[in-house]
Formats: sequence, C-alpha cells, structure tokens
Amino acid sequence: MQRSATIAVLVENEAGVLARVIGLFSGRGYNIDSLTVAPVDEAGKLSRITIVTSGTEMVIEQIKAQLDRLVPVHRVSDLTLEGPHLTRELALIKVMGKGEHRVEALRLADAFRARVVDATTESFVFEMTGNAEKIDAFLALMRPLGLAEVSRTGAVAIARGSSALAA
Amino acid sequence: MSATQAHTPAATEHRPGAEVVLRALKDQGVDVIFGYPGGAVLPIYDALFQQNAIRHILVRHEQAAVHAAEGYARSTGKVGVVLVTSGPGATNAVTGLVDALMDSIPVVCLTGQVPTHLIGNDAFQEADTTGITRPATKHNYLVKRSEDLANTIHDAFYVAKSGRPGPVVVDLPKDILIKPAPYAEAPSKEEPHRSYRPRTEPDRETILEAVRMLKRAERPVIYTGGGVINSGPEASRLLGEFVRLTGMPCTSTLMGLGAFPSSDPLFLGMLGMHGTVEANLVMHGCDVMLNLGARFDDRVTGRLDAFSPGSKKIHADIDPSSINKNVKVDVAIVGDAGRVIAALIEAWKADETPVAKEAQAAWWKRIEEWRGRDCLRYVQSGSIIKPQHAVRRLYEMTKQDGRDTFISTEVGQHQMWAAQYFGFEKPNRWMTSGGLGTMGYGLPAAMGVQIAHPDALCIDIAGEASILMNIQEMGTLAQYRLPVKVFILNNEYMGMVRQWQELLHGGRYSESYSDALPDFVRLAEAFHAKGLRAESADQLDDVIREMLAHPGPVIADICVAKDENCFPMIPSGAAHNEMILGPDSEGNAKSVTDEGKVLV
Repeated sequence: MQRSATIAVLVENEAGVLARVIGLFSGRGYNIDSLTVAPVDEAGKLSRITIVTSGTEMVIEQIKAQLDRLVPVHRVSDLTLEGPHLTRELALIKVMGKGEHRVEALRLADAFRARVVDATTESFVFEMTGNAEKIDAFLALMRPLGLAEVSRTGAVAIARGSSALAA
Repeated sequence: MSATQAHTPAATEHRPGAEVVLRALKDQGVDVIFGYPGGAVLPIYDALFQQNAIRHILVRHEQAAVHAAEGYARSTGKVGVVLVTSGPGATNAVTGLVDALMDSIPVVCLTGQVPTHLIGNDAFQEADTTGITRPATKHNYLVKRSEDLANTIHDAFYVAKSGRPGPVVVDLPKDILIKPAPYAEAPSKEEPHRSYRPRTEPDRETILEAVRMLKRAERPVIYTGGGVINSGPEASRLLGEFVRLTGMPCTSTLMGLGAFPSSDPLFLGMLGMHGTVEANLVMHGCDVMLNLGARFDDRVTGRLDAFSPGSKKIHADIDPSSINKNVKVDVAIVGDAGRVIAALIEAWKADETPVAKEAQAAWWKRIEEWRGRDCLRYVQSGSIIKPQHAVRRLYEMTKQDGRDTFISTEVGQHQMWAAQYFGFEKPNRWMTSGGLGTMGYGLPAAMGVQIAHPDALCIDIAGEASILMNIQEMGTLAQYRLPVKVFILNNEYMGMVRQWQELLHGGRYSESYSDALPDFVRLAEAFHAKGLRAESADQLDDVIREMLAHPGPVIADICVAKDENCFPMIPSGAAHNEMILGPDSEGNAKSVTDEGKVLV
C-alpha cells in the first residue's frame, strides 16, 4: 500500500545539507514529489525542509530513519502520520489572452482568491496560495484560457495545535 | 624540539593551520596516520616533519591508506586516520571510504584541497571532494574559515566513532593550512553535540518484551554481527555470558566472527550464502530469532520472502535505519550492542518465566543432526593441495605458534574459506571487506594491523587475483619492516567468478582466468621480502612453518586445486533450506531462476 507523506526536517543551515538530503533520496531510489527549504530561525542557523514523498509504509519509515541519521539533521517529523496539519503552496501563474478569455480568467481568479500581481493588456500574473489540489484545479481551468507559465514553491506544512517542532 | 612541542599556545594564540590540525589529532589520541603527500597537503607534511608525536606511514597508493587505517581501527577499536592530497589523492581514497562506510569502520580522512579562492575554477589537482565523497562517507566537511579548523577536526572524530561508526572526510584548502588559526580544545564528553546524538541505551520495556519472547522460545537462535565487534571487547564478553546463560545456539555473520568463540559447542559457525548447514537451517526453522548488531544483509537472508518464515524476530541495532529495512521485525531495540546485551542479561536473570527446556532440548537434537552432516568436510588426498586444507593447516599451525594472530583477507573464494576454516576465538582478530567486497583490501589492512600490533602475527589470506590489486604495498612492508605474511591460495582463477560461471553461466569462463601471473616468489624478492611456494601437499606444512618462522614479510604462493568450489552455497535467489552442499548436489544450481540470476 502506497501512501503520501509530508515530512518536516529541521537541519543545520550549513553548506551541502540540501545536497545530502537530495542525494539520499536519489541514491536510495525514493520519490520526491516536492521539496522546499528556507532558514527558519532568527540567527539563520536552522533551516526547515518540507518534503512530500510517497511509498509503502516500510519505505516511508526508512526515509525518516535515513534522514534522522544524517549528522546535520536535528528533527524529523512525519506530519501526515502525526495528526492534523496545514499544507500551503504558493504559485505564480501567467495567463495570456484577450477579450472574453481575459474576462473569464479574472472571474475565475476571483472565485479562487488568486490575486493579480502583474498585468499588461495581453497578460496577467496571478498569485495564489493553497494546497496542491486547489492550485491544480485552478491551473486546469486556466489552461484553455491561455495559461502560459507557472512557478510553484512546493508545499510547506505545519502541524495544527499547540505542539511545536524545535531543535 | 618541534615547534608544537616548544610552544604550549594559549587558547587565543594563532598557529599555522597545519600545526592546528596536528595538535587536534594529537588531542584526539592519534599516534599514527597513513598517508601519501602531494601539493595541497605539503603544509601538513612540513608540520609532520617538525614533530615526533604522530608517526606517518607512507603507503604506495591512497586506497591502501584507507584500508590500512581500517585494519588499524578494527584491530584496536580506535579511529584510523588517513592523510591524502587533493584531486587524485582524494579520488583514489574513495573505494576505501565506501568500504569503511559499508562495514561501519571509524576512519577520519584528511584531504588536501586547492586554496579557497581557486575552488570551483578547475585548478590543478582540484576535485569536488566533498561532492564526490558525500555518499561515500558518514559525513564530510570542507573547512572554509580558519576559526572552524580545530572544531571541525574534533567534530569529525566524534562523528566517526559515535553511534554506528563510519568514515568522515575533512577537506582542507591549502590556504587554511598555511594561515594562522586559533586552537580550540575538544568539547567535553558531557557537552551534547548540536545535532548528532545517537541513542546507545536501549529502552527497558522492549528489553523486557524481548526476554519474555526468548524465554518462551522453543526453537531460538542468536544471530550476531559486526555491531558486537564495534561495541568493543566488553560486548563480546557479555555475548559469551548471555549465550551460555541462555544455552541458545549462536551463529554469526562474516563481520561478527570472533565475537563468540568458534570452538564453543553453542556456536554453529557462520551463516548465509556460504554459511554452515546447521546455521542456515537453524535460521530457517527457528521460532524466535535474536539479531544482535547485524543488518539482515542479502548475503545472510537469501530470498527475502522465504527467509526464516515461521519466526518472531527481535532486532537490536544502534542504527534505527537498519531496523525494518529488509526484514520486518516484531521487536525493535535501538542501542549499542554491549548495552543491549548487558540489559538482556539483567532482565533474563530477573524474569522468572520458566524456559521451555524440553522443547529446546529437542531443538538441540535436531541441530546436532544437522551438525552431524559435517558440511565443511573435504578430502585431502593426493598431491594437489585443497584450498580448504591449506587454510585449516594454517589455522592449526598458527594455534601451535601461540602468537596473537590477526587474519585479513582479500575478496572471493579464499575469503569464504578463511571464514569457514580458520577458527576465531576473540574479537578484533578478523579483518575482511564484507559489505563492499573490495578486492585488494587484505594486504593494506594487514599492514595497518601490524602497525598497531608490532609483535603479533598478521596474515593476509589472499587470492592470486585480489593480491595484485594492491601489491604495491609490499614496498610499504619493506620500508617499515612489517613482517606481514601474505598467504596466497593460488588457483589461477578469479575463483568466485569462475564458480558462478560454472554454476550459473554454463561453464563459460569469460575472462576469469588469471593469465600471465607473476612469479610470486621472485615478486616477493623484488620487494625485499621472502618468497615461498608450495606446489604439492607434502610441501604445505614446511612452507607454512618457514613463513611463520621468518622475521620479515613473506609471500607464500600456495598452488591449490584450480576447480575447487566453495560450499555450502545458497545460490542467488534461493532460501536457506535450498543450499547446495557440494559437488554432488551441484545439479541444484541448474534450477536457479532468471530472477535469481539477476541478483549479485
């Protein structure tokens, strides 16, 4: 049985740490559906990596154990397993078109709470946040209306409630 | 007097980076390093020249430096240290690093690097060493700031020896070695590492659960691995105590040989692809299995879906990622093997559940029947030397010799024969490349062992093909007067390749014949060593005797039967109860499936 897992990894913000994580996935044949990383503490010494991956339960357990034994890794948390959590992704979406298509694109963007962050007479850039499904759905609607370019961040996630992941 | 000895620099005093490196090594208890100089590490060699605390052993190839450090580490329990230059120096070391990674050997490898301002410019002898060695090491570092230099060296030693040990690379740009750098003492043991804090103390509840399971077992087995050796000699002592306390049969992986004495009747011999019948059938038929510091490697399990089908499995390992990786287990214990065994002993004594004595007696009766098949028997008749006989005689004669004996091997048939026919009574006496299977490991490893144990008897049991992969180290033996004995089982074939071709590829011996071999006697002499040869069975004992008696390095060329196969054998893709026992049952191998042929 395959499942998807959103894993948060707190790491030392040092050279090569991302290469270590990615190398682990490619070297051992694990999937990366998305990966994001940025420093998250005041001093810039800690980074948080959010990885969305999939595999059998045994493979996902392996992934977590393998991540956890990397020397610069502080904490590994399987958000999918540990309970309710929030997932968000940011996308910048360029749609080109004129006339009726343009109006329709704007109307749909409004329904999806996508913001217009750039506009010309022939194009819009929408900014939207949400989970991956919401962005996928919006992109599917934009495709016939002149979808030209997409830039997505990949998922970031955090557990609901009062517990916090700290080094 | 050397510069480092003359000064006792205050914490804030700055010294050239190379001196800081040596001081950090010295503070980490290093007394010997294996290395090879080159442009990028000249400052360290200059600092080495001006001190006496650390001895440098000049190898003839960087791969050998790492294997020598491995031999040193495995025979002492200390961290082995390597020093090589940038570019080709570092890339040559990679095979050794992966070898140490696979077999969990603590090694710190210092590599030179081009100066920081040239990194990324394709400078002369530049290689992306941290990039290349990232998957080849447990961890690696590139030191870019002088103030990080001392701390990084200390950190490297901590990481190499903590938790599951492994190789660590510290890449040192040349400007960092020249520029003055501050020294920093090693952090105290109480000070926790910022991110790497492996668990060594087992969870009490799981220990109790394991003991309850073991007490009720009717057909138990204890299966031990390199983790027991890595934990230190005390873990092996405790293992002996625990096995005798419980009266359970004990088997060992290739890496774990010596942790439990081979002469003890509770020992079943090695298990796995070339393990004994009794060990493999016990694994197949047991109802409770206790794995101590082994990792369910494919050489051990055979076909996974047929591996020990009816057993509850308890797995103790210091590395949580080894648990449930290949084989799903029922009880997982994370901890250092020695601590785990100590906790098991305590819990076993405290638990009042009666042991299933009758069932276990019946189990032992079956085991004795399997043992009675005497799967390692061979017949030495006529003048052609059987390789098994050569190893057996070597074992018996070294036992008579009485010196503390350390055996290393290369990789192939001779390695398996050494594991099967040489009896190991103590830990840290057996150095072999188990995980990576590196031909060329044995000679440099024996060299490292001999450096650590100058009065011991160090023998590399080799094959004629493997030995040529690092034969240049004969020069190192000569230079340092290291009396290592190279005992070549010469069958003029890459024997294990030939065996697989015979059993799996219709006897088409593609490129496995060792053609145009050197005359090993004259080769030994060219390297200032003694060369001996045994061509017939009646010469064998004399050659071994002369080899053991000679005070310097020796190559003994033992011309053995060319077509001998290594049995028992679990063919690839087969289960433990599908062993090939000997030439008479070789027909079985014809049934190897295509699925099996895919496996290595």
